[in-house]
Amino acid sequence: MTRAPERPAAHDHVPHLAHHFRSLQQQYDAAKLGMWLFLVTEILLFGGLFCAYAVYRSSHPEVFVYAHRFLDKTLGGLNTVILICSSLTMAWAVRAAQLRNRRQLALLLAATFICACGFLGIKTVEYHAKWKHGLLWGQRYQPVEHTADQAPADNAPLAPAPTAVPPGAGADRSLLPAPGKAPAGLAAGEALTARSHDPGNVPRNVHLFFGIYFVMTGLHGLHVIAGMVLIGWLFVRTLRGEFGDGYFTPVDLGGLYWHLVDLIWIFLFPLLYLIH
Amino acid sequence: MTLRLFGTALPALLGLVALIAGAGRAAAQSSTGPTFWMPVQGSTGAAGVDSVFYFILWIALFFFALIVGVMVLFVLRYRSRPGREPEPSQTHNHLLELTWTLIPAALTVVIFGFGFRKFLDLSTSPANAYEILVTGQKWKWLFTYPSGYVDDNLHVAIDTPVQLLITSEDVIHSLYIPDFRVKKDAVPGRYSKVWFRATVPGEHQIFCAEYCGTGHSDMLAQVVVHPPGEFEQWLATNADLLDKLPPAEAGARLYAQRGCSQCHSVDGAASVGPTFQGVFGHLVPLKGGSSAPADENYLRESILEPQAKIVAGFEPVMPTYKGRLSDREITAIIEYIKTLAP
Amino acid sequence: MTAHQPAPAPHPGASLHGGGAVNYLNAAPGLRSWLTTLDHKRIGIMYLISILASFLLGGVFAMLIRTELLTPGRTIMSAQQYNQMFTLHGAIMIFLFIVPGIPAALGNFVLPLMLGAKDVAFPRLNLASWYFWLAGALCLLFSLLFGAADTGWTFYTPYSTTTNTHVVATTLGVFILGFSSVFTGLNFIVTIHKLRPKSMTWFRMPLMVWALYATAIIQVLATPVLAVTLLLLIVERTMGVGIFDPALGGDPVLFQHFFWFYSHPAVYIMILPAMGVISEIISPFSRKHIFGYKAIAYSSVAIAGLSFLVWGHHMFTSGQSPLANMIFSALTFAVAIPSAVKVFNWLATMYKGSLRLDTPMLYVLSFLFLFGIGGLTGLFLGSLATDIHLHDTYFVVAHFHYVMVGGTLIAFLAGLHYWWPKMFGRMYSEKWGRISALLVFVGFNLTFFPQFVMGSQGMPRRYYNYLERYRVYHEMSTAGAYLMAIAFMIIAVYLAHSLVKGRLAPANPWGSATLEWETGSPPPVENFLGEPQPGDPYDFSALVYDPALQGYRDAKEQA
Repeated sequence: MTRAPERPAAHDHVPHLAHHFRSLQQQYDAAKLGMWLFLVTEILLFGGLFCAYAVYRSSHPEVFVYAHRFLDKTLGGLNTVILICSSLTMAWAVRAAQLRNRRQLALLLAATFICACGFLGIKTVEYHAKWKHGLLWGQRYQPVEHTADQAPADNAPLAPAPTAVPPGAGADRSLLPAPGKAPAGLAAGEALTARSHDPGNVPRNVHLFFGIYFVMTGLHGLHVIAGMVLIGWLFVRTLRGEFGDGYFTPVDLGGLYWHLVDLIWIFLFPLLYLIH
Repeated sequence: MTLRLFGTALPALLGLVALIAGAGRAAAQSSTGPTFWMPVQGSTGAAGVDSVFYFILWIALFFFALIVGVMVLFVLRYRSRPGREPEPSQTHNHLLELTWTLIPAALTVVIFGFGFRKFLDLSTSPANAYEILVTGQKWKWLFTYPSGYVDDNLHVAIDTPVQLLITSEDVIHSLYIPDFRVKKDAVPGRYSKVWFRATVPGEHQIFCAEYCGTGHSDMLAQVVVHPPGEFEQWLATNADLLDKLPPAEAGARLYAQRGCSQCHSVDGAASVGPTFQGVFGHLVPLKGGSSAPADENYLRESILEPQAKIVAGFEPVMPTYKGRLSDREITAIIEYIKTLAP
Repeated sequence: MTAHQPAPAPHPGASLHGGGAVNYLNAAPGLRSWLTTLDHKRIGIMYLISILASFLLGGVFAMLIRTELLTPGRTIMSAQQYNQMFTLHGAIMIFLFIVPGIPAALGNFVLPLMLGAKDVAFPRLNLASWYFWLAGALCLLFSLLFGAADTGWTFYTPYSTTTNTHVVATTLGVFILGFSSVFTGLNFIVTIHKLRPKSMTWFRMPLMVWALYATAIIQVLATPVLAVTLLLLIVERTMGVGIFDPALGGDPVLFQHFFWFYSHPAVYIMILPAMGVISEIISPFSRKHIFGYKAIAYSSVAIAGLSFLVWGHHMFTSGQSPLANMIFSALTFAVAIPSAVKVFNWLATMYKGSLRLDTPMLYVLSFLFLFGIGGLTGLFLGSLATDIHLHDTYFVVAHFHYVMVGGTLIAFLAGLHYWWPKMFGRMYSEKWGRISALLVFVGFNLTFFPQFVMGSQGMPRRYYNYLERYRVYHEMSTAGAYLMAIAFMIIAVYLAHSLVKGRLAPANPWGSATLEWETGSPPPVENFLGEPQPGDPYDFSALVYDPALQGYRDAKEQA
């Protein structure tokens, strides 16, 4: 194990090459592997939520079948198309960077950003509609009558749980039935679901669906926002003159992230909106 | 030199192993009394669990003695000394490695199988088991007998299969009876089952084994195993205490048994909830600045809808007793509280 | 995009054989240069200081707990305070000390050196990992000051969603710490894949690298699940989503599944690097090639894979079906086998060697003893019949302290003493090293062995108050804890002393064949002055002891 001659200092001469890498290829390979590993962690993160979805859907299928009707398939479908388009523009942007076409790169990054804005806009519309109709999670699930514009006096929704009380503690505890039967759900919830427009067929604990809906789409939305920040930053760097010399790794990695965000939505959409 | 070391150290260690394990084993086999490792074998299932325990103990002690013995041997034999060079030896040996992989693997299969079989014995209750409902709450166990009577200890008849249907009022607790080697979580919103057949009369400790807050280590109870014939007598004597005792005395019993005593004192002492001493007939200061007179209606509302009025200086942590105390029981408790003048 | 400070020209007096040269410690002075460093060695040292501080804090909580438990009933604190103490002790020790411990503090320093590389793949991400750790730690400390969680480090629902303490602050701290762990793991995986020299194939890597690799896989795959679990807990507490609330149709046991899906693999994050350290020390200190290299390498990866399949063994009494119980029990026994194989391989490494019983090796021998007990007691817990009785008792507390403290902490101390000369260029007092190793060993056994007996006798865990019959065990345990505390303080003193007064260390005091010993003690900023030539990391035939250096050198070199 003798010492070999000193290796030449490389970092001064090769642009974009960090000095602990031997070559640009090694650096690029490392960056790609790192990004893929990060995407795996994101998949595991959402995987937990998909798992929760699976557990609750298998134990309360009627809740999911009933509640998903409140979601607007058209808007959801539109969002899916928008995200797929944005993936296209993003992939194209990567190609533009590879071909050193900065103008095209800037345009395509902007287009991707605009698509993302569109996605968030539609989601805002959807969330707002849910809020207006009282279709929220947990104890905030207080559906307002679709037909009546005026709220009948006896339909006054319960005030949300006071913040001083830890969640759950303020709810009436279920009546303990004879052994062998599972306890009833929220006593208040029974009265609430009875007020909906189809009193005969409404399952209990519909709010479970909305809890899962909001957590999953909310976390996804946060990732979309993060992606927009990323794309914005790439856009700024492009305007500053970068990515014109064949070095496109950040765009490539950003593209990978954005495709994952799109992919997660492609799973979310049918699971939440298209249940039969 | 090596032989001498082998001749003394290893047998000495193995002898020690045999002594410990053998003592434990012999003790387990010869009596149901407590041993170094295990408490009394209070039920039919306990012996099975203990046999798995000692089986694993034997194997564990053997491998431990082997590992430590070999290690000590090597340290003594091969320690670095002037002039000592390491002797040539292999860096791998497939046969040896396969052996020490397959033998432990086989042993673990055996341990698994043995443990699984005895576990099934623990989990499969006989068809005619006497069913008692168990409710855990912070920080009390309550046992409801088939007649509807509720007690804060678990009374059973000796040599009779008993099945417990366990649930919780609030957070997850766990019913643990060491002498019977049974444990099952009490989960709110569902029922879990456990069964046993007690063989040793007298009292056996019940613990809560799932952390549940400040009173977790005080959430104790006893299994009282009655000799033949006495369990039915006990149940009959205690079942209709509301009919037999004046309301205030019945109320005092309910106060002790139904979990009130965990959070409310009767002697003025500070606790999780307000003391009952001197509360009746006076104005109670509430959170938010208002106050309310503590009359019978106030007391009844506090039991059924505890969140409706929170006393100033206390937290809204009381669970409701709606459905868990009958009207007669509530009346008895109120009568008892009325007797608690300062 | 320069990643490092420019390397200074080699000092005329610089040599591979001692201190005085410009090295990573003295190259750029001032706190700012440390806090903005991209040098993996400096980041490793910063981690070392941070995790040792956490260990001190967690240890203080441990001493308070053991003091409280000296008598049944109240000794020095209320039940509520006690519950917060054991929660913080667990959370700090696990998330601030043990999970990052060996990988971040020792691994960061040693991994690129062992690979003959100049740094990890992503130096800036490495620094970010440390800052994430710091942010998470501060969040935990904040919760400590304002009413820390009293849920236990396991945060079981519904207690954690309904208690009035600062659960959100504590869990947020843990959530942030998760990022630190994930990014370190990600960095290590890419480093090992991409920054190895061409001649270092997978089976010519030191076993420490295999261990860090297997650990990193678990970190990357399991930690996100903890993240989403804690996120759901926070959302439940703050917004009342109801996913774990039975009154709202939720399932509190689902939390346990999610939580243990991370936390069981997490314990292998804790032990795998420890096993790597043992492999690295036992071979040179026996002057023998490691026995069964491939078996040890494969078993590390096998443990990582199997670790994901056994989480349900924490839930045998939770009400899950007997079928689920059976499957988890069977798989739990499967994961025991690779660990056993390693122990046998290590013993076989010692066979016919020339064993040098310095402090690192004393800790290795301690490890074999203590991890032996810890691992074997896992058999009782993996077996269904016995686990029903032992679950949530002190038997479990003893088991995991034997593996985490007797295993990981002991191995951490072994590694710290082994790499101390390399990291700081100083030798410590061997006499005090041996004395405190013995004290730690005795103190540890006195603290935790009685807990096995107490547990099988029925004493439940997380108990503030206890029955009189368990008192004698608690007294022994507390005595042992005080002895251990004294031992740790002695270690801190002589190690600190060595930094100013210790003998200057040679490049290779122990005669090891891994690449970090080919460069100076401490190493220069760019790690190696020449191009390191990796060979067999456990072949010592080319090394010879040089009394003038008080260390080893290449046999072909001039003295």
